[in-house]
Amino acid sequence: MAVATRSVTADQADAPRRRLGARGTITAARVLVALVVVGGWELAARLTVLDPFFFSQPSDVARLLREWLVSGEILDDLVVTVGEAFGALLIGTILGLITGFLLARSPFLDAVFAPYVKLLNAVPRVVLAPIFLLWFGLGEASKVAFGVSLVFFVVFFNTYQGVREVDRVLVDSVRMLGANERQLARHVLVPSALAWIFSGLRVSIGFAIVGAVVGEYLGASRGVGYVIAQAQGVFDTTGVFAGIVLLSVVVGLIDVVVHRLERHLLRWKPERTQGFQPS
Amino acid sequence: MMVGRPLVELDNVTVAYRAGDRQHVAVTDVNLEVSRGAFVSVVGPTGCGKSTVLNVVAGLLAPTSGGVRIDGTSLWGRNTRAGYLFQQDTLLPWKTVLENVCLGLELAGVDRAERREQARDWLSRVGLSGFEDAHPHQLSGGMRKRTAVAQVCVCGPEILLMDEPFSALDAQTRQLMENELLTLWTEAGTTVLFVTHDLDEAVSLSDEIVLFSAGPASTVARRYEVDLPRPRDLMRIRTARRFGELYEAVWSDLRKEVMKAHGRRDTVGHG
Repeated sequence: MAVATRSVTADQADAPRRRLGARGTITAARVLVALVVVGGWELAARLTVLDPFFFSQPSDVARLLREWLVSGEILDDLVVTVGEAFGALLIGTILGLITGFLLARSPFLDAVFAPYVKLLNAVPRVVLAPIFLLWFGLGEASKVAFGVSLVFFVVFFNTYQGVREVDRVLVDSVRMLGANERQLARHVLVPSALAWIFSGLRVSIGFAIVGAVVGEYLGASRGVGYVIAQAQGVFDTTGVFAGIVLLSVVVGLIDVVVHRLERHLLRWKPERTQGFQPS
Repeated sequence: MMVGRPLVELDNVTVAYRAGDRQHVAVTDVNLEVSRGAFVSVVGPTGCGKSTVLNVVAGLLAPTSGGVRIDGTSLWGRNTRAGYLFQQDTLLPWKTVLENVCLGLELAGVDRAERREQARDWLSRVGLSGFEDAHPHQLSGGMRKRTAVAQVCVCGPEILLMDEPFSALDAQTRQLMENELLTLWTEAGTTVLFVTHDLDEAVSLSDEIVLFSAGPASTVARRYEVDLPRPRDLMRIRTARRFGELYEAVWSDLRKEVMKAHGRRDTVGHG
């Protein structure tokens, strides 16, 4: 027992110290990369190595962004876009969870529906956008529908996998402790699938935004995608870049919040190493 | 040991699987009775269907033919009077030690305060007081196994099914755990069906050893009564003369089955 306790504390004490030393260097290198890319772009545009008409330049993009934020006009569009994405995320996640759970737990439903799910997933989603525009109109509903068609499959496949990959012996063990099917789902299947569902959720958020923006781009009267499309229509590259930067920042912020939440909910897991999430 | 109607009875139990287009018979015509309060070990060469028999008694696996009776009543579905201690880690990693031990009582609808009290009591019995809020990945293998013992025992099962529960532990931890198990068994009077590949363990713990023949289609080859006196001190018992005799008796038969199992596998390998 003493050995185990010692090894745990030793691991915990050593790891952060090692990481802390590296962290400073990593942060410095990250800032450097940003400076080189943004600075290089600015410089190239000023020296007209890059044509500012097609490539704009960071200082102009920053100026326009500030204008937008100060006047507040972009906030209405942002609220519309984020609202559409949130709707798509909510509906797509709920549908994906339910379908994933049902198909993973019922061999019959799985056998019947699996080929159709695969078939639908194989449809390039962009070709659905015109149909959704016809069905749901130019308003927000068509963007939500488009987002759902993207989000659903990510959540579905992750839930399906998560529920199926549950250790057989865990299920047997909890059954022997007296669990019925509902209790089994609550105590074993859902928590075990949670890690998968969350890694899917973070990808889904990106997809939900994609759904909203592409939908707006193809036909809308409001939203960040609409703003970008308008800017592109008048060859305003600065406007296009400003829209892109704005979206990246918003998605990045949302991702940080979700990651925090995930870390809290999955705190029982041993710490993972940093890096790209498989998706 | 109480004599009377056996608590667990297996009647001509046969279990067959379909493996592709072939029929694989795991065990055939197994007849076995376990008296109330007895400690019975099942030994046999690898792949002889020891775990299959345990799963049948647990009600996790329905026999292809034959039946199981618990206290005279035919078993259908999960065996609600049995607790199962698996070879693998079965603690839920997302629950704390205390929550894991509470689980069985929670599933049975015992109220929160009551189940926590009982769980704490069991945790102190297995020497894990102070680790209530740890998550399983923070514990050593031996501590996880102790938690699993508490998790199963807190529900007060009449029958304890154990499938090589200590095989993943190092030798010292294992002997400690065996000692603790004997103490718990003596206190609670539970009926134990214990699967192991370790003859040492089987002889030192059991009242009776059941030897299974080499698989496939294995069955009970022989049964041995272990007449070592109780209470037993596991640290000393292995040097007793009677221990050596019993060990030799079972081993001479077990060796034959092991050779048979090897022979068959070689034939299959070369064919």
